[in-house]
Amino acid sequence: MTASVSSRIAPSAGPPIDAGARATFTRSIRLKLRVPARLRNIELGLLLLACGINVAALALVQLGALGAVHAGIQVIAAGMTMLVLAMHVTLRIVAPDADPFILPIVTVLNGIGVAMIYRLDLADKSAGWTSGGIRQIVWTCVAIAITIGVLLLIRNHRVLQRYRYISMISGIALLLLPILPIIGSAKNGARLWVEIGPFSFQPGELGKVALAIFFAGYLVSARDSLSMVGRKVLGMTFPRARDLGPILVVFAASMAVLVFQRDLGTALLYFGLFLVMIYVATGRSGWIVLGLGMFLVGAFIASQALTYVGGRVHAWLDAFNPAIYDANGGSYQLVQGLFGFANGGLIGTGLGLGRPDITPLAASDYIVSALGEELGLGGLFAILALYLLFVSRGFRIAFAGQDDFGRLLAVGLSFVIALQVFIVIGGVTRIIPLTGLTTPFLAAGGSSLVANWIIAALLLRLSDSVRNQPRLVVETEPRDQLVVGQ
Amino acid sequence: MSIVVLLMFVALFASGTVIQVFAADSLRADGHNVRTLYASYSAERGPILVAGQQIAQSIAVADKYKFQRTYSNGPLYAPVTGYFTLDQGNTGIEGALNDYLSGTSSQQFLDQLNAVITGQNPKGAAVELTIDPVVQQAAFDALGANSGAVIAINPKTGAILAMVSKSTFDPNVLAVHDTDAVISTYKSLMSDTANPLINRTMSGDLNPPGSVFKLVVTAAALDSGQFTPDSEFPNPPQLPLAQSDSFIRNSEGGNCGGGATASIATGLRLSCNITFAQVGPAVGERTIAEYAERFGFNKSVNVPMASTASVYPRGMTAPELMLSSFGQASVRASPLQMAMVAMGIANGGTVMNPTLVNSIIAPDLTVRQAFQSSVFSQAISKQTALTLTQMMINGVANGAASNARIDGVDVAGKTGTAENGQSEPYSLWFTGFAPAHDPQVAVAVVVENGGGFGQSAFGNQVAAPIAKKVLEAVLFR
Repeated sequence: MTASVSSRIAPSAGPPIDAGARATFTRSIRLKLRVPARLRNIELGLLLLACGINVAALALVQLGALGAVHAGIQVIAAGMTMLVLAMHVTLRIVAPDADPFILPIVTVLNGIGVAMIYRLDLADKSAGWTSGGIRQIVWTCVAIAITIGVLLLIRNHRVLQRYRYISMISGIALLLLPILPIIGSAKNGARLWVEIGPFSFQPGELGKVALAIFFAGYLVSARDSLSMVGRKVLGMTFPRARDLGPILVVFAASMAVLVFQRDLGTALLYFGLFLVMIYVATGRSGWIVLGLGMFLVGAFIASQALTYVGGRVHAWLDAFNPAIYDANGGSYQLVQGLFGFANGGLIGTGLGLGRPDITPLAASDYIVSALGEELGLGGLFAILALYLLFVSRGFRIAFAGQDDFGRLLAVGLSFVIALQVFIVIGGVTRIIPLTGLTTPFLAAGGSSLVANWIIAALLLRLSDSVRNQPRLVVETEPRDQLVVGQ
Repeated sequence: MSIVVLLMFVALFASGTVIQVFAADSLRADGHNVRTLYASYSAERGPILVAGQQIAQSIAVADKYKFQRTYSNGPLYAPVTGYFTLDQGNTGIEGALNDYLSGTSSQQFLDQLNAVITGQNPKGAAVELTIDPVVQQAAFDALGANSGAVIAINPKTGAILAMVSKSTFDPNVLAVHDTDAVISTYKSLMSDTANPLINRTMSGDLNPPGSVFKLVVTAAALDSGQFTPDSEFPNPPQLPLAQSDSFIRNSEGGNCGGGATASIATGLRLSCNITFAQVGPAVGERTIAEYAERFGFNKSVNVPMASTASVYPRGMTAPELMLSSFGQASVRASPLQMAMVAMGIANGGTVMNPTLVNSIIAPDLTVRQAFQSSVFSQAISKQTALTLTQMMINGVANGAASNARIDGVDVAGKTGTAENGQSEPYSLWFTGFAPAHDPQVAVAVVVENGGGFGQSAFGNQVAAPIAKKVLEAVLFR
């Protein structure tokens, strides 16, 4: 099944893997196989650099805000470093050929986030368990532990394909959980949280992982009917009405999120994820046009009908209008975030030396604004570049993948990170209306950390399988071995 | 797919650049931007100097505002320095020259850029005042426990040598870094009936000038060419007030100097209300207003703080015009205004712009703004000024302003005792200059609440001795 399928989706997902390309590909892999630790050594080097940056960031925060370095937070953060190194060791054992860049990127993003959240603690004079920084470190440790667990548990990503319907049910359940009475809870207008006792989490974050698995699994089997038949309009092939079922279901779910959870960002995230995956699976741009059109119409109606969504749109378009600035739920936060960016300018105020605490929710939704203030445009570009690198590694894993499910899953998982970054940072920088999503790896929030680290774990697992794959090829094509042997 | 992701990131890069580079200046300048406000506290604010000594300075402290503003002789200089609070506004020099002191003036832009590039903390410029600490202290001591104000100006340059207002306050209590404490202190200062926050030399509810205003009426009468010092006016012991049953009386009772008629010179020397109640209407409101405004009435001046404009109303009724001719009715004047009148007479008719700023010195010790005297107006001719000077000398030497006499020095002066209402205590005035023929200092004194004597004391008893001490402090320094 694998071979025939891969050639069919090739035009949309990446260059076709012909014999010549395969030969060079195999050769390079072959060389790597001889020294299987090489990737891990690169990773270790980068990881040490990342941990060094994290330690330095915390120290700079203390120097900037307090004028002296204290050991306290560094000791706690060292726990994080130990776990990251433990994960590296785990990778050496269970996924030696995994991508060497993903873990260092995630580590440094996570560490910078911790440093900024801790910096905001210092400004708010919060300590102990009220300190967001310490909670973030603890959550990071939990997330890494879960990630190690995922890597140990899932030795072959194809297993996940079998659980696609369980993923669907759990994904939708997680998505709709906050709507339930009693445990569901709204913060800052959006109903995205579940509260049980003292704990609260955003189930939607985990939901996006489950739904990516489901979409990948579902589209691999349903792709034929979705892509083969259709009607050509204006040079694009649009699907038949009877094949519209799945997109309508997902569209309905997204709109339900928009209406009941009052969050445009989450709705856009899920729907965007689905559109991209269906496009990659079928190679039909008609799906994108259709889906995007549906979403824009839906979002427009929502912005007219729902005051909350409408308010966000007004705050976006006319942020500096005094009436909107002062309004409850108006553009105060957005404008304060922009002031933060402006205060940072090109080179930033330096860690611990700005006033990011003036912006409300600077540790979660507005952490990018806080980082932009203290690290400047340079720092912001570096962070965006790290995300871009992460996503491009994910795409690379997808394009190099040998099985459809793996390819689709890798595309979906990387794209969901890219889209989330765009929705959050785009909202903060006024490209699109502001929504209530978290910045992956950076922002304060346990569920977000856990979900995004799991995405990292799945990408690592997928990349390991990708690089393991050619061994089969080598066995079937002895000529390659000959070449390599020279 | 990759292109979509790339486009999304390009959009983020672009919007980040627009916000942080291209729109940054306008965002920083936005009125809602409190970060800009906070940043101004974190820069090392320049000191305020008097004779090379810092009377206000910023001292490094270990809180988030980094510097604590301290005033070394707060109550003495409070009317000059004003106060500097975190977010409750600034007054005085602290407010008027905030841009320079905080280093945010456009002149200092390159300095700031330089500081950013070299990694230094930006610093504000120092402001050197024209205040003479000896004169300031003498005026402060001479005013004693009275509520009132003293201002001394070099009449040739407009440089303010002393600016004292009482009751006063200590600006240190408003400079603390605890906004709640600042607000409660501010409220208690505001509710204090002694109004310690008001700089009485140039603002607040101004006092009626009383007889010191006769200088302006005389200047108008002589300079307009309508009258001479020897022009005679009827001299009854009481003069019926137009359109009423009341009478105008001289402050000492009786008529003015005993003759059948009294000259303007005699009226000014002995400060006779009856004489001036006739001179004023004879000169006319329009002419008096013109001269009053040449001296600065009805205008605000920036020293650099903006003064409250003194008032000479137009369109007065006949009785109002009579009363206003000896500084009553709706005429109001600040000590700064009366010092400008004295300055004009002392300086050959030329009123200089009064100023507190001697120089503004950048952190690298280059002088950003050197002292420049400038002309406010040519109020009267040199001849009129000389004539008026002689009349004022007579007022001190053998007239109503006798308590301002200084041995061996000709002092030109005029007292005032202004009524505030039926049973309200008087406002007691003196304005003058010395030495009369080579003036080095012009002074104006107001003592409110009758100097504690209700309606029983005159300007000569309370205000003239204060002015004398200030004049002596300049002449004998």
